[in-house]
Amino acid sequence: MSKDYIAKRIGKEFKNGMYVNLGIGIPTLSANYIPDGVEVFLQSENGALFFGSQPQRGMSNPDLSNAGTEPITLLPGASLFNVNDSFGMIRGGHIDMTVLGALEVDEHGSIASWKIPGKCLSGMGGAMDLLYGCKRVIAAFLHVDKYGNSKIKKECTLPLTGANVVDLIITDKAVFSVTKEGLILDELAPGITKDEIVLLTEATILNIEDWKGA
Amino acid sequence: MAKHITINEAANMIKNGSSIMIGGFLGAAVPLKMIDQIAESGISKLTLISIGAGYRGGGIDIGKLILNKQFCKIICSHVGTDPNLIKQIINEEIEMDLTPMGTFVERIRVAGAGLGAVVTPVGLGTEVEENAEKIYVDNKPFLLHKPIYGDVAIVKAFRADSLGNLQYKGINSSNPVMATAADIVIAEVDEIVAIGDIPPEQVGTPGIYVDYIVQGHTYKERQNIYENLWIATNKL
Repeated sequence: MSKDYIAKRIGKEFKNGMYVNLGIGIPTLSANYIPDGVEVFLQSENGALFFGSQPQRGMSNPDLSNAGTEPITLLPGASLFNVNDSFGMIRGGHIDMTVLGALEVDEHGSIASWKIPGKCLSGMGGAMDLLYGCKRVIAAFLHVDKYGNSKIKKECTLPLTGANVVDLIITDKAVFSVTKEGLILDELAPGITKDEIVLLTEATILNIEDWKGA
Repeated sequence: MAKHITINEAANMIKNGSSIMIGGFLGAAVPLKMIDQIAESGISKLTLISIGAGYRGGGIDIGKLILNKQFCKIICSHVGTDPNLIKQIINEEIEMDLTPMGTFVERIRVAGAGLGAVVTPVGLGTEVEENAEKIYVDNKPFLLHKPIYGDVAIVKAFRADSLGNLQYKGINSSNPVMATAADIVIAEVDEIVAIGDIPPEQVGTPGIYVDYIVQGHTYKERQNIYENLWIATNKL
C-alpha cells in the first residue's frame, strides 16, 4: 500500500525527544512507525500531549480522543489543556515538527490543502497555525492525483494554506528537500526510476542531472 | 449562583435568530443532550459558533442541526467533517465566517476577556488576508481579527455545583473559553454535586461565568455512546 509506504518513511524523521503534531490521515498512520528506542511526544491540537496507541474495545474513554475524534490512550507523563493553550503552544514555536497532508505543494515550499474553489471545502482547521509555528514542516501525500497529475507543482494553483513553509516532501514515489533555490531529490522509492520521477513531477528537480541512481 | 433547569427550559432560551456557541471538537466533548433538544425544537435562523462541524460523516451531534437546516450562518475554522454542511455552504444556504483554529478560539477569548481584537501572523500570505485588516507592529505584519461573542454558549463539563463551578474530565477543548463569552451560559454536565465537592484547584471554569446547569447523559451513558460510535465508524 502506497499510504503505508509513506507512513513508514515519515517514521524515519522522528528523532528522540521531539514534540510532534501529526495531521489526520497518512501522517497519523506514521505513529505506528516510530523507530524502536525513539521517544516522541505527540501533541493533539484539541488539547493533549504525550498520547499513545488506541485503547482496546471496552476500555475507551469518551473524553479522550485525538483531533480526528479517534479514541486515544494517555502515556505516563501526559498532560491535557484547553484549545487556546494548545494553539499557543503551536504558534509560539514550541512544537518541533508537524506532518500534514496536502492537495498541492510547490517548489517554493508553499502548500494548498483546504479548499478547491466551487468544488470542495474543508476549511483550514489548525493547519495554518501549525505551518506558521512548527519548527519543521513535512508535507506527506500521494505523488499524483486520481487523474495521474503531479501534485508537486511549479506554483500551487489552489488557495494556499501556507506560503514558503514546507521543509521536506514525502510521497509514495520520492523524498524532496525544499531549499531556497528549489527542490532537491533526496530519495526515490523502491522501483521508481529517474525518468519516471521527472515525468511524474511538474516542479523542477534541481539535482536531477547529477542523480546517480537508476 | 447558577440555576439548575431542565434541558427543555434551557433550549427555550434559544430564539430564532440567536447566535449559539457549542463547545467541543468535531463531535468530542460536545453537549449531546442540548444538541438533541435544539434539533427537536425546530428553532431556526441560528448562527453557529463552533470550532467545526460534528463527528465525521455528518448527521451526528451538530450534524443533526445541519440536516435540519437550522443555521443561516456558521462561524468556525473547519467544515470538512460534514458533507451536508459543505453542500449548504457551496449552495449559499449558509453564510460562513472562517478563520484558522488558533485564531478562532482567541477571537472568543478576547471577547470574554474584554479585549478589542486578536492580532496574529497566522494566515498571512493566504485568503485569510481578505477578511482581516493588516496591521504592523514594530514593522512586522499581522492580521487583526474581531472578537466573537454569542447570545448563548452551551458547554460540556464533567461536574457542576450550584454555584456554577465546572470541573472537566479528559480533553475539555473549546468549552472553557466559550463559557466566558456569551450573554447566557448553559453547562451540560454528567453530574450535579454539592458546593464544596469540587476541590477549588480542580475548578476548570469558575461559577462566575455560568448561568444555568442542565443534567446531561451520565458518564456511563456517554461511555456507551462513544464506544458504540467508534466501533460503528471503524475507529475502535
